Amino acid sequence: MTTTSSEASVRPVSTSKPAGTPTRRPGGRPRRRRSSWLTEQRVIGTAAVIVALVVWELVALARVKPALILPGPIDVLRAFRDLFSTSAIWTDLWVSAEELLIGLVIATLIGLPVGLLIGWYKRVAYALNPFVNFLYATPRIALTPLLIIWLGIGSSSKIAIVFLMALFPILINTAQGMQSLDQGSVRVARCFGASDLQLFRTVALPGTVPFVASGLRLAVGQALIGVFVAELSGATHGVGLMMSTAGQQFQTSKVFAGLFIFAFAGVTLTAVLRRVEQHFAAWRLGS
Amino acid sequence: MSSSTHEQKSNHQAGDLSHLAAGGAGTVAHLVARDVLIEYPSPGSDQVTIAVQNCDLVLERGDFVVLVGPSGCGKTTLLNAVAGFVPVTGGVLELDGRPIPGPGPDRAMVFQQPNLLPWRSVLANVTYGLELSKKVKKAEARSQAADLLELVGLADVAQKYPAQLSGGMQARVNLARALAVEPEILLLDEPFAAIDAQTRELMQAELLRICAARDVTALFVTHDITEAAFLADRVCVFGPRPGRIVKEIQVPWGRPRSHDIRRTPEFTALSEEIGDVLYSAIADARAAQLEGAAR
Repeated sequence: MTTTSSEASVRPVSTSKPAGTPTRRPGGRPRRRRSSWLTEQRVIGTAAVIVALVVWELVALARVKPALILPGPIDVLRAFRDLFSTSAIWTDLWVSAEELLIGLVIATLIGLPVGLLIGWYKRVAYALNPFVNFLYATPRIALTPLLIIWLGIGSSSKIAIVFLMALFPILINTAQGMQSLDQGSVRVARCFGASDLQLFRTVALPGTVPFVASGLRLAVGQALIGVFVAELSGATHGVGLMMSTAGQQFQTSKVFAGLFIFAFAGVTLTAVLRRVEQHFAAWRLGS
Repeated sequence: MSSSTHEQKSNHQAGDLSHLAAGGAGTVAHLVARDVLIEYPSPGSDQVTIAVQNCDLVLERGDFVVLVGPSGCGKTTLLNAVAGFVPVTGGVLELDGRPIPGPGPDRAMVFQQPNLLPWRSVLANVTYGLELSKKVKKAEARSQAADLLELVGLADVAQKYPAQLSGGMQARVNLARALAVEPEILLLDEPFAAIDAQTRELMQAELLRICAARDVTALFVTHDITEAAFLADRVCVFGPRPGRIVKEIQVPWGRPRSHDIRRTPEFTALSEEIGDVLYSAIADARAAQLEGAAR
């Protein structure tokens, strides 16, 4: 019993945030100090970004290329100000965001259950694998012209492209999570006489969560590509269209502004998903 | 423990077991293996490999029997057959007079790897078996699990996740989880093999204390001779190729036991006896193999 007390006192756990509890992970990085916002990681990261912006501004100021070709960060900021002084940008943002989110939601609603089915039932996998492999190997973005012919240049063709781009990362990751269940856990469940449904609910589903989460994060990146390319190929509104128009008119700093809007959307969505993932996978310490 | 009254009966003859196995529930031994044969197909050929042959074993309620043998000798296969993971090809293997249909909550298995569900807290891992069987209400399951965690000395980490525990603590949770379903028989497959030597000796004493507190019937598989000698009422020495029980050795001391018995001359003598039987069985098997190869 003496071991228990010493083992138990290994590490106090903060109950408020299970996701951030210290790790005992072998070979993991040393424990983060979570007392202060000003961690080493953040300080170095912020400094590096500032340095990059300064270098960019200096290169732009040196006028190696005219401002028309290579604007500096200050030009881009100015473009942002001009952009948000009109109401057109809000329509563009709204349309693009709607296409992105609806496409992602549909992709999740279909990719998740189908992935679970493929992972759980071998025969479903045998039946669907040819289609999944074919569509996954095809550059789905190449379907854009086809979908625009079928669905028009409105939102529905964009949603379809986003859906196709986002579907496969979710579907394939989910199926793979199902197929790579920890056999030890499966044995334990079987040993306690678990039915198939119980095994699915108590072992397969929770074990697949991390795979689904990383699938969703991959899907966000793919979906953004989908929105952008689909809007280039013909659209009435959207940030991608705005960028393409600005590019044709050599409003280079406006193109940069659009680029940053896309980047910001991607970073935000990924961060949100990471929070969700941490909430559902508090047991995967230090993730 | 009640086992002492059954000990004479345990040293059985195969002949007088038949009526026991076939008779009424009152006289049936708890676990009966008679002339058990377990075969499985060799991968890539039509031949079958014999894992266990001519195996006889009887456990009464409250018995703590240890199967000791070299790795790959079939002792784990026999345990898996009792657990219901592996079908018996021949002979009789019965629990309370009924053949074993498959895995079930009346037999709980403790594996070498703790195999805790990493997304469940320690407490939720212990209630897992009870949740599956749905025999008790959730609140009831939680309070039973809390009692068990108290018993294994982990009450203060009930809300932690397995990844936050040391190997020794995980082994305790594993044990508590198996005990939670109140199994008829506890099957242990080298549960302490992956634990460091000091913790292992502590865990062995802990196991005996816990088994005594819960009046558990246990079948324990190990390749560690001193572990067998320390834990068992009876040590069954398994010989390889084909796997069978070469000798049953009655352990001379009763319960409760402390670490002191490890230092007695009797303990050394018993360990040596087990070792002698074990090594001669291995040598016999090797000689038979060489003879077979020479032909």
